[in-house]
Amino acid sequence: MTTILTVPPSLDDGTFESLLQPLSELEPDAKVLLDARHTRWSSPYGLIGLLTLAQARGNRPQFYPPEDPNTASYWARAGFFRHAEKLFELTRPVPRSRSGDSNFFLEITPIAQTEDVHIVVEHIRERSKAIMETLGFPPSSSLGFSVVMSESCQNIVEHAGGPGWVAVQTYDWQKRLGRRVVVIAVSDSGVGFRQSLGLTRAPSDRWDDGAALEAAVLRATSRFRDPGRGQGLAGIRKYMGKWDAKLTVRSGTARIGIIPKWDDDQPLVEHLPAFAGAQYQMIIPQAVQV
Amino acid sequence: MLTPMPLDLRMALALAECDLYSNLVTRATGRAVRGQLESMLSEMPGQRLAVLDFTHVGVLDFSCADEIVAQLLLRFGAGLPAHAPAPHPPSYFMFRGLAEAHLEALEPVLERHGLALVAEAIDGSMRLVGMVEPAEHTAWQLVLLSGGGDVDAIASFAEVRSMDLHAQLVALARRRLVIQTPAGFHPLRHH
Repeated sequence: MTTILTVPPSLDDGTFESLLQPLSELEPDAKVLLDARHTRWSSPYGLIGLLTLAQARGNRPQFYPPEDPNTASYWARAGFFRHAEKLFELTRPVPRSRSGDSNFFLEITPIAQTEDVHIVVEHIRERSKAIMETLGFPPSSSLGFSVVMSESCQNIVEHAGGPGWVAVQTYDWQKRLGRRVVVIAVSDSGVGFRQSLGLTRAPSDRWDDGAALEAAVLRATSRFRDPGRGQGLAGIRKYMGKWDAKLTVRSGTARIGIIPKWDDDQPLVEHLPAFAGAQYQMIIPQAVQV
Repeated sequence: MLTPMPLDLRMALALAECDLYSNLVTRATGRAVRGQLESMLSEMPGQRLAVLDFTHVGVLDFSCADEIVAQLLLRFGAGLPAHAPAPHPPSYFMFRGLAEAHLEALEPVLERHGLALVAEAIDGSMRLVGMVEPAEHTAWQLVLLSGGGDVDAIASFAEVRSMDLHAQLVALARRRLVIQTPAGFHPLRHH
């Protein structure tokens, strides 16, 4: 029997959870069909979340692409179908696009090895100057943006033990925030923080996904004893604070957030449906001119 | 006076087979580059003053800052406790061309290891970066201002007690922030 999961009309980090609840109740090798026919919009988090979901399944899920031609075309230009056709069984032909065809700030890019991180940093370095200036930050902040990209992608290579994805897009959030934003999404289907950090940890009363995320994100804990390790996430946090940005990290059944004043999200959400690996989202808003 | 030996980061990057990129990012790249730098250093006999030039480095991330800078300093004895045997002959490092964006990655890395380094600006001025106590900083500035020499000579520059200063200078030399010779203590000077 095939379980049909309906992809929400608008797919972002919040609505993506609606796919995970029924999925978490299925056997790993159960047949799944993801129905995105009526989906009209997806954030970078949503798109790479779908790819991660497929990677995490024991068999290739089926996938109904969006019916709306504009949505399908946009997803193609984001690079979604180029990767999806290797991970999903697509139920109908999809629009074609070549790498570099899109106006995506960074189209969906696979991360599996160190070289992939270099490619991402090279690619976004020049473009990030322009976007950080557009957001009202000095041109020099583009190097910080590159560091954030490098460290968040590197976590996949160093810690996830499985492949991952990154994508970046800019939006004009006039209605929601009255400002432009850059959204960075990074996701992997690896072991997640609890297992990665738990490898060298003595048994304790509380060691779950929430505790692991608090240790990694808030206390820069690493599975290595070397004090030089664990600085990537601490550095990402520092930049997020400097830019008044929002950072959320989801792993296993929990999600932790560094929440700026302009957002009302929860700092820690637990008992979410289980999902593989780790998913980061960073939202950098346009600087408020004083 | 030691002859400064430039260590070419671009060459190290190329030798580490990362020459397609100009950015010092990722821990693996940092390890490979440090390996090349250590190999270059091993070809320099005796007491060494190596100059690492970051002028042409684009992005430096936390992982590379840790693997290249912090681990290099640690391996050559900069972070050893007071009574631990230090590598002999000692090696000193000076860092040039560090931009603000590089420092944003370097400073937390150095602080986490309790390390500091000497950075030289384009105009030749020098400053300490990383974890430095105020008294250490004052002693280091005295060495710089005096141009170095024996403890009495350096102490006379600010009319401080030689005995108080000596302990600070020995600590700075152990941290590889000043050069210690039989003639006294000297700044890491690049000519």
